[in-house]
Amino acid sequence: MTEGEPLIRWDWIAGHLDELAFRLGQHVELTAIAVGVGLVIAFALSLLILRTPRLEAPITWVTGTLYTIPSLALFALLVPITGLSVLTAEIGLVSYTLLILIRNIIRGIRGVPADVREAAVGMGYAPRELLWRIEVPLALAVIIAGVRLATISTIGLVTVTALIGQGGFGFLILIGIQRFFSTELIAGAVLSVALAIAADALLVLLQRRLTPWARAA
Amino acid sequence: MRLLGDTLRWFTDPAHWQGSDAISTRIFEHLELSALAVAIGCAIALPIGLYLGHTGRFGFVAVNVANVGRALPSLALLALALPLAFALGLGLGFWPTLIAMVPLALPPVLTNAYVAVRNVDGDVIEAARGMGMSEPGILRRVELPLGLPLILSGIRTGAVNVVATATLGALVAWGGLGRYIVDGLALQEYDRLFAGALLVAVLAITVEVAFGTFERLATSPGIRAERAAF
Repeated sequence: MTEGEPLIRWDWIAGHLDELAFRLGQHVELTAIAVGVGLVIAFALSLLILRTPRLEAPITWVTGTLYTIPSLALFALLVPITGLSVLTAEIGLVSYTLLILIRNIIRGIRGVPADVREAAVGMGYAPRELLWRIEVPLALAVIIAGVRLATISTIGLVTVTALIGQGGFGFLILIGIQRFFSTELIAGAVLSVALAIAADALLVLLQRRLTPWARAA
Repeated sequence: MRLLGDTLRWFTDPAHWQGSDAISTRIFEHLELSALAVAIGCAIALPIGLYLGHTGRFGFVAVNVANVGRALPSLALLALALPLAFALGLGLGFWPTLIAMVPLALPPVLTNAYVAVRNVDGDVIEAARGMGMSEPGILRRVELPLGLPLILSGIRTGAVNVVATATLGALVAWGGLGRYIVDGLALQEYDRLFAGALLVAVLAITVEVAFGTFERLATSPGIRAERAAF
């Protein structure tokens, strides 16, 4: 962006591979924790909703409102309370996964055909076995579709946490903007998009491995 | 609790209601840029979405655009818009922010416009054609009014996206409400930071609710009755 400076200086990239690897690790870690914790919370809330349908409206309302709050604003609201920490980043990131994950878990489990469920009950499955051995496996394709969406959007949101001192590849973008250094900001932007694409492809493979019957159908 | 007191004092300080950094100025800036970005987004995406929906062509692309859109990291978009704005000689601030916001509004508008037109009952279109309506007439007088609720909800999603993300414009020296957050973080002034975050959150939710209300009002009574029947 400075006169006479090329858009991308490959020598800078070659000289900063360690930095890039470190930011990759940070980005993956922040994302994995957020989606993992989000999945556990979303699963618990989904089971609650399935057992007590009355709770569906309030839970959807709360997670939907969290989802509407702009990411930077949510992080900023937390900073005075939890500081410029990983915890602040994760609370925000986890909140954003909930709406997508709960919606897909519920849709998946409700989509299990009633006669399948009836057959399992007839064969003597207890409610817990029914859930873990029939309903969850059959809902897995829809649930993983939710995990894919949540992962992609989390990878995008992690870049924003650069403003509160975290950020993974977002850190490169932020520093690139502040220093007016196009190589660094383009590297950060391109790598975060590439990471999202790679993660999505990986989850598609995982889904094929876990639900081999979906391919036959 | 001190934080809440400080924030309240920040809001009631008359200095924050005057000049170029006044709360009202920042809200206006924020809404102005967002409205422009959404308008440009609609001007591009609506004709494409409606046309594709009417002809039924490229359905796969039209539907998947929305998924791609959700994957666009906002900060990365802003980062890529910055060198672009410089290459075009537009400089910092307003332009790179606008360039980064338009792609956020496009996907939901395009996909919803496509789906809205596609979902119109085939019998109704056949009847319109049988009555001698022209193809543009069908699009304008049958498909558009019937698809309006979905089209509007696409615009709502796009608008909320843009209002939320325009906050990041402060990073490239634009104004808007993100100014308070970015400056608050930089100066470690938590009252300003907290107030800015509250303002942005409230603005995003207000836009969402306002659009929702408008959608209900704009839905033709015929469709409303039909929906209520289900």
